[in-house]
Amino acid sequence: MNAIKIEILGTGCKKCQQLEANAQEAVASLNLTAEVSHITDPIEIAKRGVMSTPALTINGKVVSKGQVISPQQIQLLLQH
Amino acid sequence: MFDPFYPFDWLATQIVTQLLGLSITSHLGSSLHFFLYDVPKVLTLLLFISFIVGTFQSFLEPERVRVVLEGKRTFAGNILAAMVGIVTPFCSCSAVPLFIGFLEAGVPLGVTFSYLMAAPMVNEVAVILLWGLFGLKVTLIYIGFGVGLAIASGYIIGLLKLEKWVEPFVWELQKARQITPLEDADTLEPVALTWRQRFEQGQYQASEIVRSVWLYVVIGIAIGAVIHGYVPTDFIIKYAGAHNPLAVPIAVILGVPLYANIAGVMPITEALVNKGMPMGTVLAFTMAVTALSFPEMVILKKVLRPQLLAVFIGLMTVGIISIGYIFNALL
Repeated sequence: MNAIKIEILGTGCKKCQQLEANAQEAVASLNLTAEVSHITDPIEIAKRGVMSTPALTINGKVVSKGQVISPQQIQLLLQH
Repeated sequence: MFDPFYPFDWLATQIVTQLLGLSITSHLGSSLHFFLYDVPKVLTLLLFISFIVGTFQSFLEPERVRVVLEGKRTFAGNILAAMVGIVTPFCSCSAVPLFIGFLEAGVPLGVTFSYLMAAPMVNEVAVILLWGLFGLKVTLIYIGFGVGLAIASGYIIGLLKLEKWVEPFVWELQKARQITPLEDADTLEPVALTWRQRFEQGQYQASEIVRSVWLYVVIGIAIGAVIHGYVPTDFIIKYAGAHNPLAVPIAVILGVPLYANIAGVMPITEALVNKGMPMGTVLAFTMAVTALSFPEMVILKKVLRPQLLAVFIGLMTVGIISIGYIFNALL
């Protein structure tokens, strides 16, 4: 299975860091290999069609924005 | 009138008079009272209100705002944009995604600017501090004139047809988006949040705000306390009083680089107002700190040509200085 690409879109605020931690936790508990990156450039964020941070993309698809979702919710999204 | 801050006042008075045995009217006593009253009051307000704002923010998404503002070409669009700017969360870090996102969806440039001007001016920290330090009436005046300025400036930018001074890549993004809409971003059903999670978001918000400003608040109140207790009123009136015509523009210029430090600077202005600095100067100063913030300009430069940035700054500066003069003349 290919590595999953997860992006955290955010400008480095506390919520964004929390979301990144939650994503890492979800990946770890599913025993997946994933590449988690943090996008902070506002233009890059806008190009993904996101206006409210923090947002989360999985394999390039925006799955959540403007909120910190829990590791369990990210797990569900990863299993889709 | 009912004063929700009375317990803080009472406690500060008790500490100064009973515990330390100082007269409340002495230099040291009045300074200490100012400090002991303001620090807990401002920090409590910040913690409490940013928690509430952070909790309910999760109901207000910019995507919904965008849908409301789409294609609103008239003056009504500017009014609506500025009103929406009051209630939506804003941080200068999200200014660019918002700006691009609005234009992409066909929200007119002038209407977008009305939103971009109103949102940071009426932010929770500024409103909390104005309310806590100067009262509800001043806060409502501030919000009213701030929103009025955002409506007028955005409307003027709309009339001037300055779309040519937006960086071209924004329009290319808009064209590309019209051909292939970003399905996932627009039709995305938000992951359902439980109340517990909403409260958690409120906690993040509150702890982030308080952690980033508490030191400025304490230092600002300490400086304000010294002014309150020791600097003679005549001195303030001479330099910052209503008859000094340069006081308003100087306050505006001083306000621009103070963006993050609004929490520290407002208690100092409180002390200055107690000593006779007029309210119009304070309003102009606060608007300059929030609306003309230097970091926001740097970020907006990514999407705006220098000419449009100059028009934006120019309109706001003239507007803010005028508001300061009008108030000093009226009050």
